[in-house]
Amino acid sequence: MNDIPRLDEEALAELQDVMEDEFGVLIETYLADSRTRISGLKEAADTGDAERLRKAAHSLKGSCINIGVPKLGNLCFELEVLGSEGRLEGAERLLTAVEQEFEEVARELENFNQ
Amino acid sequence: MNLLIAEDSHGDRMILATLLRRLGHQVYEASDGLEAVAMFVKLEPDIVLMDALMPTMSGMDAARRIKALAGTRFVPVIFITSLASEREQARCLEAGGDDFLLKPYSRVILEAKISAYSRMLNLHRSVMQQRDQIRTQNEQMLSEQRLARRVFDNVAHTGCLDASNIRYHASPLSIFNGDVLFAAERPGGGTLIFMGDFTGHGLPAAIGAMPVAEVFYGMAAKGFGAADLLTEINQKLRNILPVGMFCCGALFEADGKQGSIRVWNGGLPDGWLVRANGERVAIPSMHLPLGVQPPERFDVTMELFPAATGDYVVLMTDGFPESCDAQGERFGEDSVRQVLEGLDAGDHPFDALMARLQAFTGHPDPADDMTLCCLEVGIGGGVTDVAESTPESALSGSGSWHCVYEVRDRALADFNPLPLLLHICMEVPGLRRKSGDVYTILSELYSNALEHGVLKLSSEWKKTAEGFSLYYEERMRRLSDTQGHYVRFTLDHEPRVEAGRLRIRCEDSGQGFERQENTMGARAASVHEYAGRGMGILKRLAKEVSICGSGNCIEIVYDWEFPAQGATSQ
Repeated sequence: MNDIPRLDEEALAELQDVMEDEFGVLIETYLADSRTRISGLKEAADTGDAERLRKAAHSLKGSCINIGVPKLGNLCFELEVLGSEGRLEGAERLLTAVEQEFEEVARELENFNQ
Repeated sequence: MNLLIAEDSHGDRMILATLLRRLGHQVYEASDGLEAVAMFVKLEPDIVLMDALMPTMSGMDAARRIKALAGTRFVPVIFITSLASEREQARCLEAGGDDFLLKPYSRVILEAKISAYSRMLNLHRSVMQQRDQIRTQNEQMLSEQRLARRVFDNVAHTGCLDASNIRYHASPLSIFNGDVLFAAERPGGGTLIFMGDFTGHGLPAAIGAMPVAEVFYGMAAKGFGAADLLTEINQKLRNILPVGMFCCGALFEADGKQGSIRVWNGGLPDGWLVRANGERVAIPSMHLPLGVQPPERFDVTMELFPAATGDYVVLMTDGFPESCDAQGERFGEDSVRQVLEGLDAGDHPFDALMARLQAFTGHPDPADDMTLCCLEVGIGGGVTDVAESTPESALSGSGSWHCVYEVRDRALADFNPLPLLLHICMEVPGLRRKSGDVYTILSELYSNALEHGVLKLSSEWKKTAEGFSLYYEERMRRLSDTQGHYVRFTLDHEPRVEAGRLRIRCEDSGQGFERQENTMGARAASVHEYAGRGMGILKRLAKEVSICGSGNCIEIVYDWEFPAQGATSQ
């Protein structure tokens, strides 16, 4: 799991090429979007709503893969599996990992964007 | 193309929209299913790309709504998804989705998919356009057929098909299947019926029917007989129809008055004479169809049958025996024979045949391309004034004239002078309304002069079946030697106030009554016939009838007047 890179630099470079001047906006949008989704994940876990957790994790996973953030995407996938299996006991630990990883991603993406 | 993308993740939407815009497409963006449906209705995009999982309304529900709203329009819906289970992918397709697009987006795959759907859309559009075009053309063709039918009906009206002694079935649009059925009363009484079946369908088949109708009704009204009509129809069709196109047809001539019928059948299934005494006589095709033979090879020989009141003649096009049941089995000519043989006294052959066909096919409505006609002999016959249906010429002829017309030698055998003489008389405007009377007088005079005067035939013979054949054989034989003989008509017309007087003198080269002492029997019969039937008709129609010379000359005076204002000639 550790060998999955935090950023897919190749994918990000391609996106930069596609988005041109909009790349910065895209990164900001992704980060803002993800923050909203992570708080959604936490709410779902707190209220014990496994289905909501599954859906939110699935969506965040998609965004992460798309933008080129595979490690965070993978953590989301693990959350999605828990949600679909209805097992919320391990969610707390995974959520913490997601939050930590997201902060790293946010910092590195800001750097990338410079 | 116009693309609608529905995706709740702003970042993902930005990426996809930018990719698609850079490929040159117009992109509309929706952030949930409900918004996607609303934008679909408003903007009518060509393709919809949609995330399966969205708040407010899921992608699957939105896809169902969009497909339902699109109706027959083809709108590809492509689901955007990150790796999902096979079951979820299947559910997307069940909801009406057409394809998937996996995250992360690949520019290459995206472009290839959009252009594949673009091709599919173009194909679908051209199919739809062609469908609409075909529908429009079909509607146009049907309306043109209805219009053509109206024009056709003016030329080829049903004539006297609605007479009480004629029963028939013909599809309302049968003309476009190539079937035609015409009937006309002859000016001096008697009925002519023509049934035809052109090769082919549609407009080409219908076009050939127009001149046939013109010839049939035009010549019948002018007093021409069946043989003249057939000759003219054959020649006309041969001139106008392309090779390989012709008209199977039958012409039927009934003359209730003389107790005989004549039928010519060229290519139609067997016609039938159904006699009141139980006898069934097939009238098979003995000739090539009309429009095939050149005039010099065309054979107008007609089958001649004695007929009596209560006899029926049945004619049909091949659509009748070729009607099929549900298994594709044909009705067949044998079934026609069986129906006719199984008739009880009082059964009408038309009803029996139609009922059996209906039972056979199991359909209440017969096929479009079959025509059946049945005429009852001797009913509704008699002298009919056809003046009402004779079109008035805009030209008015002279009222005062004199003319002598003599038919002699060979012409006695193969020329019918009656239409010509009738035509001359019809040049007098007021006399036109009396064409039936004039034709009857002329034809009585001519047939008496020819058959009894020149050919010395006895009508007495026609009273038995053997005599009937003998009479016509003898008539044929004697007609081959008419050298030195003549029948001469002298016509005078003088106008009067709102009226006129026509004098007709008919003289033949025969010996008349006086010098026939050596053939007493024949003379007696001849005189009897003359004084009986023929003379009766003449006396009823004419003001004066006088026999002059040695009995080989008859003179009649026929007075006519314009009807009182407002009254009709009927």
